[in-house]
Amino acid sequence: MSISVKNISKRFGNFQALDNVSLQVPAGSLLALLGPSGSGKTTLLRIIAGLEGADNGSVLYEDEDVTAASARDRNVGFVFQHYALFRHMSVFENIAFGLRVRKEKRGAVDSRVRELLHLVRLEGLERRYPSQLSGGQRQRVALARALAIRPKVLLLDEPFGALDAKVRQELRAWLRSLHDEIHVTSLFVTHDQDEAFEVADTVVVMNQGRVEQAGSPQEVFDHPANPFVMDFLGNVNMFTGRVQNGRATLGSWVVDYPEYPHAEPRDATLYFRPHELDIELRRNGVPAMAATVDRINSAGPIAKIALTADGFERGLNVELSKQRCDELGLKTGDRVFVSPRKTRVFMPDYVI
Amino acid sequence: MHSNSSLLTPPKVAQRPAAGRHGRAAQQDPLWVRCLLIGAALTVIGVLILIPVVNVFYQALADGFGAYWKNLFEDAGTRNSVLLTLVVAPVAVAMNIVFGLAAAWAISRFRFPGRTVLTALVDLPFSVSPVVAGLVLVLIFGLTGYFGPWLRAHDIKILFATPGFILATAFVTVPFVARELIPVMEALGPEEEIAAVSLGANAWQVFWRVTLPNIKWGLLYGVILCNARAMGEFGAVYVVSGHGGTETMPLRVEKLFQESKNSGSFAVASVLTLLALVTLVVKVVLERKTRGDLIEAASLAGDKS
Repeated sequence: MSISVKNISKRFGNFQALDNVSLQVPAGSLLALLGPSGSGKTTLLRIIAGLEGADNGSVLYEDEDVTAASARDRNVGFVFQHYALFRHMSVFENIAFGLRVRKEKRGAVDSRVRELLHLVRLEGLERRYPSQLSGGQRQRVALARALAIRPKVLLLDEPFGALDAKVRQELRAWLRSLHDEIHVTSLFVTHDQDEAFEVADTVVVMNQGRVEQAGSPQEVFDHPANPFVMDFLGNVNMFTGRVQNGRATLGSWVVDYPEYPHAEPRDATLYFRPHELDIELRRNGVPAMAATVDRINSAGPIAKIALTADGFERGLNVELSKQRCDELGLKTGDRVFVSPRKTRVFMPDYVI
Repeated sequence: MHSNSSLLTPPKVAQRPAAGRHGRAAQQDPLWVRCLLIGAALTVIGVLILIPVVNVFYQALADGFGAYWKNLFEDAGTRNSVLLTLVVAPVAVAMNIVFGLAAAWAISRFRFPGRTVLTALVDLPFSVSPVVAGLVLVLIFGLTGYFGPWLRAHDIKILFATPGFILATAFVTVPFVARELIPVMEALGPEEEIAAVSLGANAWQVFWRVTLPNIKWGLLYGVILCNARAMGEFGAVYVVSGHGGTETMPLRVEKLFQESKNSGSFAVASVLTLLALVTLVVKVVLERKTRGDLIEAASLAGDKS
């Protein structure tokens, strides 16, 4: 089932949690709401679930307007950040809860719960209580409980937030394969870009109550719509350069920037991702910036190199493959030449 | 990793000769101070609590067990007082369970104007003298009170009758259930209830299946304390009784004592004391259970693995 969010706004006192947000979630997709804390992503999720009311705007399930419907009637599976498992109920009863309150027959409840225990791989633990489970197991009980009622939509609030790194990694892959298996339209909230990129079909980047960009992980990462998205998705090197006559310049670097064809020069911000910069030991014709190597960290498959470019106070971070780094034989204090493979230019308050 | 673990382990205490038998001297008071404090505490408890309690039973049984039995079960006045108490206390407790649950739910789950006032009002009966509470009822329901004439015209008896006893007792015991439930419900938080709603439960199902099982020990604790106070209440009930024939157990104790029927008076008193002792034991057990629930709630809500 598809979800449409139309012009939703929400205030908490003086805080504008959501500011005219619209969103389309195609049926059967897995979408991540990605943003820093306070960006409104959890509020949006709760409004979609009906756990929170919106000040303006509407929420549609398929073509049905559910804005006024209570959470109880929306038939949504919601997985809470801290799971909110019923502590006095066994795993079995937790999963069965939604079916029991719907007065389903005992036999039907039993078989559905067994099915879900199998799906979330918790067979044999059905008599345990939440306090006797590990974090990852609790997470899976919460998921099974939400799925038991055959929800039209599955909503997850920071599903991996409370887990340690290793369990988190496993559960991500598992959630992705689970979604491929059951195909229920799903939204999850996260502040972790790796998580969003690894699990979701579509990533919606939010900031200060607004949607900054929505698209596939590839699109969003390769073509960030604005400086916020660029900055939020991974490390960047940021410099202030100039634009003029369809070109942006920073020291000896020059890139095409057809969006600004005018003759009058203007300041612009140039962004370079660390892995999109190259290091050479001598000039080879490519416009390059002279720099000094400050520090090399080559633990892991990627070597991280910190440099200072001549004429700039700000440091420069470059990531090379370990192999390339070894070929260059870099040492601290070496003089090198840095050139960008890809540059992104953003002009402050410039509307095309 | 190595440097981390060395940060976590406490630095080794240098081995000094003094660190042996007298090593804890810095944290421990001298023997005579300890003896004095413990002795003082035991003396106060003995004189103020233990001896009076033992004395109640001693006096009650002074004329032998046969007389004790007779005093309790063959005296019509005493029997009636026990029966009245068995009506008044449970009804007052039931009223306060309903009120306490409603107040705790409202205060812990909603933010509304007047919330602080309500929280303070719940405590009022603790700070008001029970005699004043009784007088308030007389002012409202008495012959010259606001509802007095109307009640009289419709032949409804509140003062000097069971409803008056119940109202007086319920007023005095209002804080027990609510006071106990508010912190418990605040600590447990609304998450499980919200989860239940999202799974399709209605308000009634949320209360019976989720909220009540979570607060049951706290509720029972409040009920036990409330009941003990309800059965033992004297002041407020004394005022509304009008010193007529109807009495609850504490009133009966006082009346028999005034009539110099010491063994009869102490027999009733011994029953009240026994109730207090049972309450004490149940209270200790329930306190542990409630605390266990809260610790579990905290660990489920916050821990990372």
